[in-house]
Amino acid sequence: MRRAFAPGLVAFALAVSAGAAADRTIVLPADDRYATLALGPGVEVTRQQCSSCHSTDYIVMQPRGDARQWDGVVTKMIKVYGAPVNDQDAKTIVEYLAKQYGN
Amino acid sequence: MSDVSRREMVKRIAGLGTWLALSRPASALAQSDAVLAGRPLVRYPEKTDLILLTSRPPQLETPMKYFARAITPNEAFFVRYHVFPIPLEVDLATWRLRITGRVERPLELTLDDLRTKFPRVAVTAVNQCSGNSRGRFTPRVLGGQWGDGAMGNAEWAGARLRDILTAAGVRQGAVQATFDGLDKPSFPSVPDFVKSLDVTRIMDDPDVLVAYEMNGKPLPMLNGYPARLVVPGWYATYWVKHLSDIEMIDHVFEKFWMKPAYRIPDNACGCVAPGTAPARTVPINRMTVRSFIGSPEGGSRVPTGRPVTMKGIAFDGGHGIQEVQVSVDGGTTWQAANLGADLGRYSFREWTFSWTPARPGRARVVVRAFNAIGESQGRQPLWNPAGYLRNVIEHVDLVVG
Repeated sequence: MRRAFAPGLVAFALAVSAGAAADRTIVLPADDRYATLALGPGVEVTRQQCSSCHSTDYIVMQPRGDARQWDGVVTKMIKVYGAPVNDQDAKTIVEYLAKQYGN
Repeated sequence: MSDVSRREMVKRIAGLGTWLALSRPASALAQSDAVLAGRPLVRYPEKTDLILLTSRPPQLETPMKYFARAITPNEAFFVRYHVFPIPLEVDLATWRLRITGRVERPLELTLDDLRTKFPRVAVTAVNQCSGNSRGRFTPRVLGGQWGDGAMGNAEWAGARLRDILTAAGVRQGAVQATFDGLDKPSFPSVPDFVKSLDVTRIMDDPDVLVAYEMNGKPLPMLNGYPARLVVPGWYATYWVKHLSDIEMIDHVFEKFWMKPAYRIPDNACGCVAPGTAPARTVPINRMTVRSFIGSPEGGSRVPTGRPVTMKGIAFDGGHGIQEVQVSVDGGTTWQAANLGADLGRYSFREWTFSWTPARPGRARVVVRAFNAIGESQGRQPLWNPAGYLRNVIEHVDLVVG
């Protein structure tokens, strides 16, 4: 439970330091634990690569799907959104997602 | 765990950017909804408890209980962003709304300019995400798995967009205006969120606003402070938040968020056979007819033999709601609900219906609305691959006795 205090301190510090320049400042809460990825081979690579752009709730809320679905998603992230993910990591992520979030 | 190792663990977690925040499970009622199950209630700046969809960028949905009333409070209004990071602070001394491109006089307006140089106009209008209720599509589709809470209704006030464009002087040959806000993606490869509208669409419609007030107050940061576009009747994708740049262009804008994103099948229903792809698409535009029961919430228990007041809202894409009907026998027979005050053709229309359940057991209460041109909701949902335009007849399941 102690962890919960740290974001509050950060929020306070940011609000004070930014208060002089901005008319309106907010501080966002941290990523929620509902987004936590299932454990399994490839989870670390998946977490690191995907969460550099977005929280992993984007993953856990999606309909389950086979490797074809997840390959499509990962390819879209790379080709359309320009995610800097190399081929080896992309393969690892697709395998992880198809296993943990497959149907 | 020792303090040292705990600190070390916290540092490692922080290093991964995956701090875990405390949150509460959504209400027991929400947990009975398959789409919302497992999603926590969270409290974000200037917001009350909302249902979390995603943390980064923040996407929050409004619990159904707020849809027993026509006006959605600012603190309960849903939040939707496309890219991260999002604006976390705004300095009005430096914020400007720039109007550039095919205009006679490029403008740089302060918020004070917007307030003082143009008439203040107010319109009550529904702001609904294109993908509201996407989580209910069958077969399921990829994307934000919203329940029904990616919508809200507020009184928006600000300057008419056409007054601003007239002040800038639209030059011959301007076909569309593009709209960009302060939110910028972290990688240059990620498409910036920019939307467009036809110049004729803007100049013909006195209700398209650059709004700086929401329900009489400044916009919450997460709803677009200090100003956002308001396009009554059209889906929220056009209501660009933290608006900063309007450019008049001589062609139809077809960058990512207009094409291929936010497209619907180019046919009358905006639908295709489930699981298939449309041959041609057009940009999403006017909202379909919808109606919802806000109270009692699904899963609630109501007494046998005593009247219960059902409350809810209905809306459409700007023709206005003419009638709301309720069925307590699963849609076999229908009765007219009482309509609340008319807040304008773009607004939620409140309705109430008194029902006395006769027998204990499970009961399904169903609602549908008709707009001024006779459009309604279907018994079977329509389908499209992006999960847009939801407009099926809605219901709640209650327990009687």
